[in-house]
Amino acid sequence: MHPAFSVIFFTTLSGLGYGIWIWTSVMLLSIRSADSAAMHLALMFAAAVPVVAGLLSSTLHLGQPLRSWRAFSQWRTSWLSREGLLAVACFLPWLAIASTAVFGADSLGFLEPWLLALLALGSLATVYCTAMIYASLKPIPAWQHRVVAPAYFGFALLTGGLACMAATYRTDSPAELRVLLLLLLAVALAVAKRRYWRDIDRGDLPVARDSALGLAPGRVATVFERPHTEANYLTTEMGFVLARRHSLKLRRIALALFAGVPVLACVLALMLPGLGTAAFAVAAACALLGAIVERWLFFAEARHLVTLYY
Amino acid sequence: MTTLPPPSKKKLGLVIDLDTCVGCHACAVSCKEWNAGGVAGPLTDENAYGKDPFGVWFNRVHSYEVAATPTQPATTLHFPRSCLHCETPACVTVCPTGASYKRAEDGIVLVDEDKCIGCKLCSWACPYGAREYSAVEGVMKKCTLCVDRVYNESIPEESRQPACVQACPTKARHFGDLGDPDSKVSQLVAERGGVPLMPELGYAPVNRYLPQRPRRAGDTAAQAPAAPVEKLDTTQLNPLLRWLDRALSR
Amino acid sequence: MRGMREPDLDLQAPVGDEVKQTTCYMCACRCGINVHLREGRIRYIEGNPAHPVNRGVLCAKGSAGIMQHYSPARLDKPLLRVGERGEGKFREIEWDEALALAATWLRETRERDPDRLAFFTGRDQSQALTGWWAQQYGTINYAAHGGFCSVNMAAGGLYTLGGSFWEFGEPDWEHAKYLMLWGVAEDHDSNPIKLGLGHLKGRGAKVVAVNPVRSGYGAIADEWIGIRPGTDGLFAFALAHELLKADRIDLDYLVRYTNAHWLVVQNPGGADDGLFARDADGHAWCWDRDANAVAPATATGISPAVVGERVLPDGRRAVPAFQLMAQRYLDPQYAPDAVAERCGVPTDTIRRIARELAAAAFDAPVVIEQPWTDTHGVRHERMVGRPVAFHAMRGISAHSNGFHTCRALHLLQLLLGAVDTPGSFRYQPPFPRPIPPANRPGRTRLANGALDAPPLGFIHGPEDLLVDADGQPRRLDHAYSWRYPLAVHGMLHTVIRNAWAADPKPVDLLFLFMANMSWNSAMNTGETMRWLTDKNADGEYRIPKIIYSDAYSSEMVAYADLVLPDTTYLERFDAISLLDRPISDADRAADAIRHPVLDPGTQREGRDVRGFQSVLIDLGARIGLPALVDEDGSPRYTDYADYLVNHERAPGVGLLAGWRGDGTLHGKGPPNPAQLDRYRENGGFWTAEVPASARYFKMANRDYLQWSQGMGFIAKAEPVVLQLYSETLQKFRLAAQGHGPVQPPDAERGRVAAYFDPLPIWYEPFEGAQLEQTRFPLSAVTQRPPFMYHAWGSQNAWLRQITARNFLYLHPDTAARHGLADDDWVHVDSHHGRITVQCRLAGNVQPDTVWTWNAIGKRRGAWKLSADAPESAKGFLLNHLISDVLPRNDYANADPVTGQAAWFDLRVAIRRAEAGEVSLPQFAPLETRAASNEPLRYGADFRSARTARRGEGKP
Ligand SMILES: Nc1nc2c(c(=O)[nH]1)N[C@H]1C(S)=C(S)[C@@H](COP(=O)(O)OP(=O)(O)OC[C@H]3O[C@@H](n4cnc5c(=O)[nH]c(N)nc54)[C@H](O)[C@@H]3O)O[C@H]1N2
Ligand SMILES: Nc1nc2c(c(=O)[nH]1)N[C@H]1C(S)=C(S)[C@@H](COP(=O)(O)OP(=O)(O)OC[C@H]3O[C@@H](n4cnc5c(=O)[nH]c(N)nc54)[C@H](O)[C@@H]3O)O[C@H]1N2
Ligand code: SF4
Ligand code: SF4
Ligand code: SF4
Ligand code: SF4
Ligand code: SF4
Ligand SMILES: [Mo]
Repeated sequence: MHPAFSVIFFTTLSGLGYGIWIWTSVMLLSIRSADSAAMHLALMFAAAVPVVAGLLSSTLHLGQPLRSWRAFSQWRTSWLSREGLLAVACFLPWLAIASTAVFGADSLGFLEPWLLALLALGSLATVYCTAMIYASLKPIPAWQHRVVAPAYFGFALLTGGLACMAATYRTDSPAELRVLLLLLLAVALAVAKRRYWRDIDRGDLPVARDSALGLAPGRVATVFERPHTEANYLTTEMGFVLARRHSLKLRRIALALFAGVPVLACVLALMLPGLGTAAFAVAAACALLGAIVERWLFFAEARHLVTLYY
Repeated sequence: MTTLPPPSKKKLGLVIDLDTCVGCHACAVSCKEWNAGGVAGPLTDENAYGKDPFGVWFNRVHSYEVAATPTQPATTLHFPRSCLHCETPACVTVCPTGASYKRAEDGIVLVDEDKCIGCKLCSWACPYGAREYSAVEGVMKKCTLCVDRVYNESIPEESRQPACVQACPTKARHFGDLGDPDSKVSQLVAERGGVPLMPELGYAPVNRYLPQRPRRAGDTAAQAPAAPVEKLDTTQLNPLLRWLDRALSR
Repeated sequence: MRGMREPDLDLQAPVGDEVKQTTCYMCACRCGINVHLREGRIRYIEGNPAHPVNRGVLCAKGSAGIMQHYSPARLDKPLLRVGERGEGKFREIEWDEALALAATWLRETRERDPDRLAFFTGRDQSQALTGWWAQQYGTINYAAHGGFCSVNMAAGGLYTLGGSFWEFGEPDWEHAKYLMLWGVAEDHDSNPIKLGLGHLKGRGAKVVAVNPVRSGYGAIADEWIGIRPGTDGLFAFALAHELLKADRIDLDYLVRYTNAHWLVVQNPGGADDGLFARDADGHAWCWDRDANAVAPATATGISPAVVGERVLPDGRRAVPAFQLMAQRYLDPQYAPDAVAERCGVPTDTIRRIARELAAAAFDAPVVIEQPWTDTHGVRHERMVGRPVAFHAMRGISAHSNGFHTCRALHLLQLLLGAVDTPGSFRYQPPFPRPIPPANRPGRTRLANGALDAPPLGFIHGPEDLLVDADGQPRRLDHAYSWRYPLAVHGMLHTVIRNAWAADPKPVDLLFLFMANMSWNSAMNTGETMRWLTDKNADGEYRIPKIIYSDAYSSEMVAYADLVLPDTTYLERFDAISLLDRPISDADRAADAIRHPVLDPGTQREGRDVRGFQSVLIDLGARIGLPALVDEDGSPRYTDYADYLVNHERAPGVGLLAGWRGDGTLHGKGPPNPAQLDRYRENGGFWTAEVPASARYFKMANRDYLQWSQGMGFIAKAEPVVLQLYSETLQKFRLAAQGHGPVQPPDAERGRVAAYFDPLPIWYEPFEGAQLEQTRFPLSAVTQRPPFMYHAWGSQNAWLRQITARNFLYLHPDTAARHGLADDDWVHVDSHHGRITVQCRLAGNVQPDTVWTWNAIGKRRGAWKLSADAPESAKGFLLNHLISDVLPRNDYANADPVTGQAAWFDLRVAIRRAEAGEVSLPQFAPLETRAASNEPLRYGADFRSARTARRGEGKP
């Protein structure tokens, strides 16, 4: 599949934002310290930036961005529509929470925990919808892999979590549990992606050309002439081919960025808490970059069944 | 609306005979011609006279070499590909805007370009490559099954067929109601063992392809009436003599 | 629950506001089209369901007519050269100036010597006009493109059957059970063949494709015979050998309809050797077994012998033609195992095909319960036919042995009794015609300067050749000379070299129409461009003046001094005349017109073009050509439409056969001023059904021949005897052997004697024969893409997307031998030159053959394509490799009988090349401005108009 940067930025940036929302909501639900709450709240507000940037970026991909409001209508069947709706819906609790900046910390009263829970769940659901946009597409077998949705969660939580750590890390309360969690997450993600890559490398398409052409099973067909000698929408959009050489190199880079660096950062923070903020800042940036590379590969390496015709 | 309507009784679609298709691209160009000026037009062409000409086509004709089997020789296969107007098409259900829809009346799958935001998702969801995005127009396009021909009463009845069917010089293309088992197209499918493409994906395509008939190279000899006995007596001095006494009249 | 309503679609929008019915000219097939117009723009072109040629279907090119008509490469104004020839620098001028200049050049040339005008036309269908015009002008140097196209098919057929393949005959689609396609990719009958194949396959008939490449029709054939190029004649002989050996031949047919029983004089060394034995009145003899004596060969109630040497009343010895034929093909050199290797067709396959042919022909004859009467007045209760049909085209003809190979195929058909019987090959009216057709080429000028006959005609014997006292060619193209005696379509492929070389004489003015002679229709393209631009020591061009008429910015336009811009096919009158290349089918005679569907003046800002035919008539009148002016010197015809209606070739015979006289006369009749209206009312065409009793055995069917005579197709309703044995050819051989008043110069004797065999022969195609096979081990051929017409298609926004560049296709085994993979670059070398191009592998080709699509490669800057268009960057022509002369440099690269260009004799060697960016050779870009690169949104305004109309609540 053609790796469109608008979609890559959309999924990675919004993932980061939702990740932050999830982490900060959970933190706000569980912590009692006022400063720390203020930090997390501020971060939660700020996370709207990557979320909005991601969403805006996704509209860049559209042929008719001015009509994007129409995308809210088909939630019954369309994961994209659901994702759009939820993405907007998440702003309701967020706005409410944000209103405390104006009306005072206690203005929400007993609603606050519910709103935080809503934001966290909404964010999770949005990330899930994003994943499902891809994971539901039968013509792209790679995306039907069982780690696709978990990996979307993983990237959101990892990039979001690292960003949270970078912003809220305090040498006096080094949050070992969270650091450990992030470390585990990075490792798990690495394992998951490696499995994904291994499987798609092995995985022949589940459908063969004989079936695509209506031939008797097992009859072998090779392309004699394409319909058009030059490129067309299908060959550029779905027929994107990435040289294996590049793909291996990029996978390594992605792994190093989204797993290697964060693991090192976590270890470093555990051992030298003084370097925590810096380590997490670097790790968050690297993880995001790694996510972007991973997402690029996610598209570039996925083969669409229509390529059976080419 | 991207919720699929209840299955219609009428299932309009195409039946394409791969045994007579000569790969002439007539269907592809007539499709382009009709639809450029029809409800789904324009079918915009970029770089029309330059490098990388890149246009919207609803129908494209592929050619393949099919390898021999122990009983069949290798063949060249021409294969036109357009929308199959699937019964359960994900191209419709993935659409966030309702621009993609399947007509409740006859099952034709269409794009309402006024609603389309050009997200391309439907094209990703179609395994058959039947959707064509136009960057210039910013919307998705696809085969309309010539809906603006087949019901058009300003067109003489016998011509109320998709442009590609009308044009096909070998008459390899047929249009009709595949929901009606008695229709001509359904009968043709039954007779010739018409097949759907990639049925395992569950899209339930309506269109059918009629496979190439078995090639008859060597084996006709066996079927031919007893091979003639060699009549020429080569030992005879002049083999022509056998015609000497032939009683012919004019 | 349903969220939204389905949108309200406008399903009743009328297609357009007007429909005009005319004839397609995206190729020479000439289908009927309905052109739907909306607000003066073309909305939709569809096939006319009532039209006899295409019955409503339309090919890719036909549908793309919209893009041709609106092509940015259309010429808009007459052009006068301002730069050097070949640069493409012009000044736009007005028609007055253009016509005055052309008239001056034409007048001066004619005053000097009419033969100093070389007037050659290409893919037009106006030979009924252009040939006649040349006759009025008085030049012998006229021809159309047939000489490089398929004259071997035409001549092979006309000299054997009085009709031919090409578009002049067709398989009996309704009844054939076995169809062999020999070297056919598209043919001119594109849609009828496709319609026919679809129908035939539906009926379960077997289709066999003999072709080194299995694409197109070969793809749907039941059996593909991947023959080596140039060897079909051998294959045919082996089939004949098998049929003769097994005595599976139709002797009754042979003695009824052919000259198989005619007695051939056996007098080696004598002046009559090999001629038919005739009585004092010239009637040929046969041997009547009943009377045991000679009898007129055409008599009835006799029992002719087909073998046996006889003594004629005057004591000479003679044998029936059949015996000579049978002796020749029974020879072991033509046995399947003797030819299998060379043809690349296994012995068993040859044997089996022979058996299948015989079984199809003889074991299940087709019977049509339709009485008919033969020319002797004998009534037959039914029509019994041999359901074996052949069709052949340029795979046979574009070889230097093509004439004889074509004859070989006809010989096979005759042995099977499969010419114009139910189920077999069928003639299309106005064929069959006498063999050879009566009209001979014009040779002398009358007092008024006109030729005594049109420049093209048929040669009956050496005395008809156009040679000077030394036996040297008189015509610029050397047609009708001893070198190419039966070059009945002329030899356009030799014109430019000979004009440059002043061989045999200089010309002053080269006048070309619709032929891209500096590119895809030239052999030796590189040199051709040089000849066109070469100058004498005095700085003058060696070819002094060139006038060219084209409708588009082709490669050839750049080489003209004066360009006369033609209209597109939707802006002018044309006649698809029975006097030219008719559109009849076997059951009906038909002709058609084109008429202006759109007014050129309104088609583009500043567009001022004129139909070439009208321009030609105008020019003829300006220079006062005999039949183009009235007694007072005023123009006789206002324009081509006027000519179509009022010109009579012979009393009552005009270019159009329908609605003559008062509108009730068909075929012949006085001019009818309302004739064109009748055509328009009838969808642009006219047909006349062949009566049911006249549909088969046309060569000897009384009803048919009388009908044909009534229509004005033939002079006399006499049977046409099919020429298994060609006495015409033997006359040339005798001349070469030193007999008769007109003999070849010594240098030509051997060649004429060798290639004018009265029975079909096979020889190795010249190029291969004259080269070391090991140096050039591969054959290279081209095929017509079904979706492109020669050069014209690439300017078409839609068609060029299908194939914007071509590849050299080769067999994977061949590729492996050369270490080649898909998209590799290869050097392709012939004895003449090199091209460097990209290759692709495909198993559907005979392994010793490589091929590519014809005429995809374009010269940079032509056709208003951008400078980096794939057509010029990656596309290529084989023409750069094809020499116009044989390796020995003595004759044209052509058939020795007909002069047919031997495009497919090309032998090459391939070698891997360094990866490149562009195909080679490249030539200096032509100076034209490329078309705009704005997206082409054809139809957008129809949509917005429709939306606006609906908004206003109008339909
Ligand atoms: N290698 C190779 N070369 C071949 C052949 C082959 O098989 N292989 N085939 C040969 C054969 S059979 C043929 S017939 C030739 C064909 O070759 P050409 O006769 O040269 O055919 P085109 O180049 O298509 O067309 C000639 C010109 O007609 C112009 N034209 C188109 N429409 C009109 C019109 O309405 N009016 C006027 N005035 N001009 C118009 C086009 O712009 C073009 O410049 O090619 C020959 N060349
Ligand atoms: N679409 C389209 N139609 C056209 C044209 C066009 O340009 N485009 N051109 C028109 C013109 S001008 C012409 S002359 C006709 C030509 O009509 P065709 O004769 O049908 O056209 P070619 O492409 O020359 O086809 C030659 C075929 O012969 C095969 N062949 C080559 N050598 C041999 C051989 O030695 N033996 C055998 N058995 N086969 C051989 C080639 O593979 C090819 O399939 O087409 C006309 N129709
Ligand atoms: S028009 Fe008919 S024969 Fe030609 S490519 Fe299309 S389906 Fe095949
Ligand atoms: S073929 Fe593709 S576009 Fe057409 S209905 Fe099926 S899934 Fe949708
Ligand atoms: S591109 Fe248009 S039709 Fe396709 S899914 Fe998106 S909105 Fe729907
Ligand atoms: S049915 Fe109409 S829109 Fe669909 S492929 Fe045929 S011509 Fe094109
Ligand atoms: S075959 Fe095609 S291009 Fe040729 S006349 Fe017919 S429709 Fe036109
Ligand atoms: Mo031709």
